[in-house]
Amino acid sequence: MRYLPLTQIDRDAMLGVIGVATIDDLFVDVPEAARLEGPIPGLPMHASEMAVERHMTALSRKNLTAGEVPFFLGCGAYKHHVPASVDHLIQRGEFLTAYTPYQPEIAQGTLQMLFEFQTQVARLLGTDVANASMYDGSTACWEAIGMARRITKRGKALLSSGLHPHYVSVAKTMAKFTGDALETSAPTLGADTDIDALIAAIDTDTSCVVVQYPDILGRIADLKPLADACHANKALLIAVVTEPVALGAIKAPGEMDADIVVGEGQSLGVGLQFGGPYVGLFGCKEKYVRQMPGRLCGETLDADGRRGFVLTLSTREQHIRREKATSNICTNSGLCALAFSIHMTLLGEAGLRQLAAINHAGAVAAAERLSQVPGVELVTTHFFNEFTLKLSKEARPIVRTLADRGILAGVSLGRLYPGEDSLANGLVVAVTETTTAEDVEILAAALQEVLA
Amino acid sequence: MSINASGWRPEAPISGGKAAPTTTGNKALMLEEALIFEIGDTTTTGVDLVEPIAATSRLGDLARTAPIGLPGLSEPETVRHYTRLSRQNYGIDLGFFPLGSCTMKHNPRLNEKMARLPGFADIHPLAPVQSVQGALEVIQQLAHWLVTLTGMDSVAMSPKAGAHGELCGVLAIRAALEARGEGHRKIILVPESAHGTNPATAAFAGYSVEDIPATADGRVDTEKLIARLGPDVAGVMITNPNTCGLFERDMRVISDAVHAAGGLVYCDGANFNAIVGRVRPGDLGIDAMHINLHKTFSTPHGGGGPGSGPVVFSKALSPFAPLPFVEKTDDGFHLVEEETAGEHHAGAFGRMVAFHGQMGMFTRALTYILSHGADGLRQVSEDAVLNANYILRSLDETLEAPFGGAGPCMHEALFSDNGLADGFSTIDVAKGLIDEGFHPMTMYFPLVVHGAMLIEPTETESKAALDQFIVALRSVAERAKAGDVSLKSAPHFAPRSRLDETLAARKPILVWKDPGLAQAAE
Amino acid sequence: MSRYFTEDHEWVDVDGDVGTVGISEYAQSQLGDIVFVDVPEEGKALTKGDEAAVVESVKAASDVYSPVSGTVIEGNPALTETPGLVNEEPESDGWFFKLTLSDPDELSGLMDEIAYAAFVEKL
Repeated sequence: MRYLPLTQIDRDAMLGVIGVATIDDLFVDVPEAARLEGPIPGLPMHASEMAVERHMTALSRKNLTAGEVPFFLGCGAYKHHVPASVDHLIQRGEFLTAYTPYQPEIAQGTLQMLFEFQTQVARLLGTDVANASMYDGSTACWEAIGMARRITKRGKALLSSGLHPHYVSVAKTMAKFTGDALETSAPTLGADTDIDALIAAIDTDTSCVVVQYPDILGRIADLKPLADACHANKALLIAVVTEPVALGAIKAPGEMDADIVVGEGQSLGVGLQFGGPYVGLFGCKEKYVRQMPGRLCGETLDADGRRGFVLTLSTREQHIRREKATSNICTNSGLCALAFSIHMTLLGEAGLRQLAAINHAGAVAAAERLSQVPGVELVTTHFFNEFTLKLSKEARPIVRTLADRGILAGVSLGRLYPGEDSLANGLVVAVTETTTAEDVEILAAALQEVLA
Repeated sequence: MSINASGWRPEAPISGGKAAPTTTGNKALMLEEALIFEIGDTTTTGVDLVEPIAATSRLGDLARTAPIGLPGLSEPETVRHYTRLSRQNYGIDLGFFPLGSCTMKHNPRLNEKMARLPGFADIHPLAPVQSVQGALEVIQQLAHWLVTLTGMDSVAMSPKAGAHGELCGVLAIRAALEARGEGHRKIILVPESAHGTNPATAAFAGYSVEDIPATADGRVDTEKLIARLGPDVAGVMITNPNTCGLFERDMRVISDAVHAAGGLVYCDGANFNAIVGRVRPGDLGIDAMHINLHKTFSTPHGGGGPGSGPVVFSKALSPFAPLPFVEKTDDGFHLVEEETAGEHHAGAFGRMVAFHGQMGMFTRALTYILSHGADGLRQVSEDAVLNANYILRSLDETLEAPFGGAGPCMHEALFSDNGLADGFSTIDVAKGLIDEGFHPMTMYFPLVVHGAMLIEPTETESKAALDQFIVALRSVAERAKAGDVSLKSAPHFAPRSRLDETLAARKPILVWKDPGLAQAAE
Repeated sequence: MSRYFTEDHEWVDVDGDVGTVGISEYAQSQLGDIVFVDVPEEGKALTKGDEAAVVESVKAASDVYSPVSGTVIEGNPALTETPGLVNEEPESDGWFFKLTLSDPDELSGLMDEIAYAAFVEKL
């Protein structure tokens, strides 16, 4: 077995030092009835590197790879080009095979990176502070709802109809157990967000309003009036960003006075990976920092007066506060945070703004081109790199048909909101720097054909 | 002859010279590195991007005009920045990392290579199911291994890490109790040696936590636990093997008693590495257990994640497992989500994450499992337990092993700081080990032992590596027993000396602020 | 004015019907460097034994229980900026909060200085 260095001679010598005759003597505490005498039957035995590679490669070939086809899927996960150096650097063993930095003197690499990540995220989101990552956007979102409950000591959260339905589903699941009351609804297939309705619904029982920006249909709207309405009722505004590249083009939620801004960081550095691992972004106003979930890295000095970094404010966390912790999170998404941070460093502000501009211009051009197809109507007026089309036929079967032809056409609202008839003809299309004009033409032609 | 005109006249090297401090603060291969905010600027980029095509903005009046403050670096500067940072880290690739309860084993690079196959790395979570059959098959194959290795009924694959898995298990317990009309059961019993995530999880799920004490031999006090069972108890959360590195001999007895009293049994599977292929949790009466793929099944810990925490369930809890999950029928693999759950999985307690869990970790874990096979996984546990007992018996005369007399340990050896000189504690031993070139053990956990030192060698270490560690720890421990003050200021040879955590917590600096701007603001 | 101690290492000085509460020298020595203190707000009603304040070191968070019942008059504002006062002057400037006692008879269940010293000696 190539991963096991002990030889049989070593094992025998070690058993001698321990003072037992056989390895079984070390498992005597397992009740006799539960002991397994040999390898579990029905499972294969060990295999060579080559054999395993062959098996896994065969499985991977059964998938239609995004990079091989015209690709327009978004809705919480976006295809962006990740520079080669990102993946090289995160595979350095000192990053890849380190643990959570509990011994700061020999973990300054991870800690300094996290401090840089926190600063990058805070600046991107427009918040005072940010933590060292959460699992993903959806879990960051419900952690934020819980944090708003602790701060406001109120239990009613208003979720915008533009919030990703899977994020809503996660929040609803958690609310069943925490007792939070959530108000939600499905979106309407139109250009306007539900901000006015949310403002009208806020009252003095409201802990927070959760709004996605850009929202599930790709729409963007000014959050400042909503923030003001929240604050007038001593409620918090939580903004959710599933496409961080957008914040290279549009105002950050923090700039519009959101109290907590969470996000999915997958777009930068991480890749699609069929949904995970991803990296949750979590920023907020400084006054709420002690109610934050997750790890925080802070600057300090060592015994010789040199700058260094440590995990800090740990008394919020489970390993100290146990049942009174702000969250049960322990392992988070460190290596994905590193990938995000490296990609962001490569881009810099100039690169991020240009990348965002490329995305937006490409999306505008694609929206205009696709809306010329007979039977296609552009629903979204203001958007970043993702927009919604209303087709003259149900979108979901069309997406399946086009997938069979090697076109991944977008996310149908029928997939996200099964049973919502008013949304069945909606198709959400994402366009990034990886989308070519030719891809758009192929999609336009295919839509024209299937809608005819 | 001709004279050597270069001026370079080789001489034997001189030993014992004293170094002057360097002007850069660098020490040869150990290079100091400033923050990106100090070395980069917002106009630099390390990525070549094309000009955007001409198009009319559809951003409305939301264009971001104010500076964001994100510095950029060119590609070579970026590579150097992160390479230099990486060298200030200790990792398994560098040496022995015996962090108890964390199972820091070798991370095979084949796993990395397989996870990066485009067919796995470059597929979208919402792609039409017909286009991702291979991904669903990976999930299903891994699920089959996990269910078989644990002897359980089903598995929820979506939890993102161990603590998330715990939450999944406890929420399933609550859903099951509520379905039985027993939502009034509001107490979860947790041994005092438990990981902090256990009580935090139970509290989040709406339960009150009651501690169960340990016995003098480091195990759950079975009598006290059974005595506490009753109509108000929802269940227990027990780590097995436990955090003292011991197998809970009475696990079956406890499970039976909990079931008889109407409760359910959660097992924290963080230490599954000790028993894979030797005993199945399903044979011990467990109802739910999370498996840390980033511990037992070698997916890299990455400096704090990502992890992955699938949860295996007994027959009693399977109907309540969360969405989504993968199902196989004659025409291929399907995703069961909210849409179809009503038909045959109406009890699902809900959804824990946006998508399907940590696919990138599934491919790595499956690669690892297939490499070992059923025989190799059993050998892994045996070697892990053998290594831990070798450490226990090689050091129990140097350090107090509070439960060493009670028999063998499982995958980790536990020592206390009793016997160290006055004013010396576990942290001094740990920092001394850093100077010796090792990552320290887990310190001050579990809480049931004073100054706990929890050492988990895993199967990754050779006998030679263990012997070297044993010699080093003996030497450091003897210094701590003798009151060697130089240990109090250790580490002396790490990139940093001891860091002031009090200062960090009293005046938290969590983001970088331009010192010029910060001064101007005052 | 007289000073009383609890077995949980809080002290209370009583002057008329006003009590001043803090933690003992022994307690601060067990906590290590204190980095954060959360004191109760004015007007908060406390019953004897209630969790009234939180004191944190880098590695531990401890609840401070109210030694007597009463209504909080003020929390010590100095602790917000200078939590280290609890380390330096635990039994004077590092006080946590003042309250008006609602049941002075509760004091009879507490220890005096000599009894507390003996109590700590045995720990």
